[in-house]
Amino acid sequence: MKIDHSLPLEYSTEENRLKIFGFWIFLGAEIMLFATLFASYFTLYNRTGSGPNGAEIFHITPVLLETILLLTSSFTIGLGVHAMRLGRQKAMMGFFVVTLLLGLAFLGVEIFEFVTYVHEGAGLQTSAFTSILLTTLGTHGAHVTVGLFWGLYILIQVKRDGLTPETGNKSFIFSLYWHFLDVVWIFIFSFIYLKGMM
Amino acid sequence: MKLKMALFAIMMSIVTVLTGCEQLTVLDPKGPQAERLASDIMLTMLMMAGIVIVVFVMLVIMLVKYRASKQPADYEPPHIEGNPWVEGILVGIPVLIVAFLSIVSVQSNYIVESAPQGYEDKEPLVVYASSSNWKWHFSYPEEDIETVNYLYIPTDRPLEFRLYSHGPITSFWIPQLGGQKYAMNAHVTKLHLAADVEGEYMGRNANFSGEGFAENQFDVTAMSQKEFDEWVEEVKETAEPINEAKFEELLEPGHLGRMTFTGTHLEFSPAPEHHHEGDKYEEEHNHSDEHHSASRKESSDRKHMNYNE
Amino acid sequence: MEFFERFAIPHPSIAIYASMVAAGLTMIAVIAGLTYFKKWGYLWREWITTVDHKRIGIMYLISALLMLFRGGVDAIMMRAQLAVPENKLLDAQHYNEIFTTHGVVMILFMAMPFIIFFMNFVVPLQIGARDVAFPRLNALSFWLFFMGAMLFNISFMVGGSPDAGWTSYFPLADGESVGSHYYMIAIQIAGIGTLMTGINFITTILKMRAPGMTLMKMPMFTWASLITSVIIVFAFPVLTVALAMGTMDLLFGTQFFTLDNGGMAMLWANLFWVWGHPEVYILILPAFGIYSEIISTFSRRNLYGYKSMVGSMVLISLLSFVVWAHHFFTMGQGAFANSIFSITTMAIAVPTGVKIFNWLLTLWKGKIEFTTPMLYSTLFIPLFTLGGVTGVMLAMSAADYQYHNTMFLVAHFHNVIIPGVVFAMLAGLTFYWPKMFGFMLNEKIGKWTAWLLSIGFLLAFMPMYVTGLDGQARRMYTYSESTGFGPLNMVSFIGAAIMAVGFVLIVYNIYYSVRYASRDISADPWDARTLEWATHTPVPEYNFAITPEVASSEALWDVKKKDHVLFKGDYEKIHMPNNSGVPFIMSCIFFAWGFSLVFSLWIPAIITTIGIFVCMTLRSFEKDHGHYISVKEIEDTESELRGA
Repeated sequence: MKIDHSLPLEYSTEENRLKIFGFWIFLGAEIMLFATLFASYFTLYNRTGSGPNGAEIFHITPVLLETILLLTSSFTIGLGVHAMRLGRQKAMMGFFVVTLLLGLAFLGVEIFEFVTYVHEGAGLQTSAFTSILLTTLGTHGAHVTVGLFWGLYILIQVKRDGLTPETGNKSFIFSLYWHFLDVVWIFIFSFIYLKGMM
Repeated sequence: MKLKMALFAIMMSIVTVLTGCEQLTVLDPKGPQAERLASDIMLTMLMMAGIVIVVFVMLVIMLVKYRASKQPADYEPPHIEGNPWVEGILVGIPVLIVAFLSIVSVQSNYIVESAPQGYEDKEPLVVYASSSNWKWHFSYPEEDIETVNYLYIPTDRPLEFRLYSHGPITSFWIPQLGGQKYAMNAHVTKLHLAADVEGEYMGRNANFSGEGFAENQFDVTAMSQKEFDEWVEEVKETAEPINEAKFEELLEPGHLGRMTFTGTHLEFSPAPEHHHEGDKYEEEHNHSDEHHSASRKESSDRKHMNYNE
Repeated sequence: MEFFERFAIPHPSIAIYASMVAAGLTMIAVIAGLTYFKKWGYLWREWITTVDHKRIGIMYLISALLMLFRGGVDAIMMRAQLAVPENKLLDAQHYNEIFTTHGVVMILFMAMPFIIFFMNFVVPLQIGARDVAFPRLNALSFWLFFMGAMLFNISFMVGGSPDAGWTSYFPLADGESVGSHYYMIAIQIAGIGTLMTGINFITTILKMRAPGMTLMKMPMFTWASLITSVIIVFAFPVLTVALAMGTMDLLFGTQFFTLDNGGMAMLWANLFWVWGHPEVYILILPAFGIYSEIISTFSRRNLYGYKSMVGSMVLISLLSFVVWAHHFFTMGQGAFANSIFSITTMAIAVPTGVKIFNWLLTLWKGKIEFTTPMLYSTLFIPLFTLGGVTGVMLAMSAADYQYHNTMFLVAHFHNVIIPGVVFAMLAGLTFYWPKMFGFMLNEKIGKWTAWLLSIGFLLAFMPMYVTGLDGQARRMYTYSESTGFGPLNMVSFIGAAIMAVGFVLIVYNIYYSVRYASRDISADPWDARTLEWATHTPVPEYNFAITPEVASSEALWDVKKKDHVLFKGDYEKIHMPNNSGVPFIMSCIFFAWGFSLVFSLWIPAIITTIGIFVCMTLRSFEKDHGHYISVKEIEDTESELRGA
């Protein structure tokens, strides 16, 4: 395999460049996926049937907590990739561990939030509104969950193999994915929670 | 080449047959809305026939003139990139055609969505047409009567149909009076028609709605206002009143013949006219809510039975 | 016993039992044959685990042809049922199941794999690449598609077929039988595969072209594939979400498309067609690409108006996303909304017209040779034009109130799909057959087939325009004699039967050509113009021993006429990906997962979900750097192929 040392580690082989490009296209598909969920949400959000509406169930505290956790994790993974480019494996792994822990905490709060909703009578089957709300949030949450496992696997591989073009490439792609989830969350925060609470 | 010519002749004869077929239901309108649509259809069909002929003629010329067998063996076809003028014309002419048709289309849209032309100042007859598996229920709120699977209408008077469905999406269609429109569960759609001529017309659900769809038809009879009034009187004297229990029975999946009632089901099971947004229903809609959950339960019971058979 | 009763067919008939027996016997025969001839190892090594784009392409082709006959049998049964009034051949339920499966099978499991076959086989060769960007993902795409198709196809034998139409509108698709579950889950599995194909080909085309091949020097089929892939990536996620929502409504009691608690049935219709309309352009654009290649090859000149061809495809792809509401003009969305969608829909006629005229002008001053592929293409132009202009008629939203849901509409979309897509597939199949298998299909039988299909097509579908205008609604399993639809429907049936003969002739042609066709053909039997004909037949595993250098969109023609040199330099060792069984195994688990969900078997569903994630985990930890083909091996292969 030809390694081009003039480029950052994650871009250094032809295969790596293809993978990063392909992943961007994949993120394009993911944008369409979430756009469809958002469009459905805006169509259904006042179709509450006999169930509660957004203002009745949304609470600002867990949502703010989730936002802070996820935004911070996006920052720490950025630091992780920076460390990787400097070739500092320990620092990179440290930042990745912090990122995953923040992601785990986010997921914990989100599960708590879902349990609260169900207790307040806003389950998946209550109304069109609660169905699309929980599906949209749940799709994001499922992406975070998958990300946690994926990130963990990459950490194990970096530990096993050190920083190679291959592990560097995987880490970088993972960081793209993680940033993307953060961007989606910002949309969820603004257009679902803030709009719903107003 | 003979085959090709034969093919061409077949296609041309089909076009001629099509344009000559005034007796086809849709092209035999009996009301102003259907008339507008039929004239739109004929107009586009003729314009499109023109385009088809241009393409056919060009194709035949190219194929005849530039066949390899007609060229010298050493003929080298030239390299031609394209020409902005030619391509401009190829874009320009279709744009003009589409622009013209767009204007016609937009005009027709507003015409078919409002009171029929020539009937603007007459008071419309309001009929609620609701579908259930696989029947049509026609409620005449002013006359306070209801029929199943047949529709009597006066001529020379605009008709305002308010459509909705007790089950799957259906489409209310009387081709000789006008186009079709969906009847859906969550809200009422409106269709404006009018009949110029007395007579019997075919009406049906055009949108696939399950096992009994093929037979989901109704008869339409257009008659003079006087005859219509007499019929209403007769119904009031002879028909039985409709009540909630009876109506629930009618909604059971299946086919029914013609039926006639006094009163309408709208009194105890109103049309979903006010929840366009589908948000929290008013008190008065609880009935229909219960009804839906009842039929839902029924279908899940049925599913259960299927598994246990 | 109660557990097994769910797998019973709700509406059994002799035809279904007969096909169960036939399917069982075929399975036994295939297994016995493979065992007897000791071909299991060959099948596993050379096909199931392959990541070679050419072999994956051929597997797509085989699946597509099988599904063509499955859907074709459905079509014949429908036409037979309607041939005479009040026919008792099929009852309403069977008719409903048959037209539903006909639609799904033909669009998703016949036309889609057929175009993906062309993309797989042709695009890497046409751009001078060694394979697609992600060969392993490509194998996964195929196997997911295949398993989704198989899951859908067993529905009529296990549990019951879907019966709510290929559009599966709610609340009609209420899950009374498991048919709707099959629909949602099988299409989901196949759809994920297609989405990955889209991602793969965008990356391949944008990143792996031969040196010198700028975007505006790509052959037209590659352009079509690129645009199609972009549409796939933007449209399929919408389907993914819609199907997921439908599945949750059916399995978990959510309220998206239900009748109460705020559910909105028309949301399904909207989401379905936001995917569904671009989907028809996903099918037709590669078909346009194939016609462009064929018409230019057999007119012996370059494609007229290359730039406007590309521009019109880009425009079509953009417009395809803003016309979806024309599928339900009659839902009462108001004159304004209908006007907007009416105009956008008619606007598509402009770029499509440009393409038709460009093809006509490609014939101009050419030296036209009527080979079978060219015959299909010249039949395509007039027949497709008929379908195109009726499309403009349907786009008149007010007039559509009379066409909607009638046989007029059925005639229209078959009129664009059969001459547009199916003819392109058959033309392309005949065109690329020698490149794939090293011999040509018989020209005489091929031309007979093209004529039979065209005449059969006209007889089958022209009458539908008439009966549609006479008030025959689509999807009716029967009609009364008094309607007067009888004679024209009989003509349709005769046309369908003629088409069936045409399709059987294709099989006969393959059989005949396998036995009698000459194996002594050159690598470029059609005297073609693009790169895929510049390599050997059969194409070696690595496609090109030396990466070609290109100066125009017709690289091979430049070699023939302008003394262009494609292959410069010496052999170097070539890096190739390794075969892998994981895509196949993972797709089998997907099949089991889908089957468990269809029948709400929760424990197997959880186990298979874990199985899928285990496969992904293994993939993450796997170290697979592919292998190298040495210069010695390349030299040997090349000299052998040149000698042959």
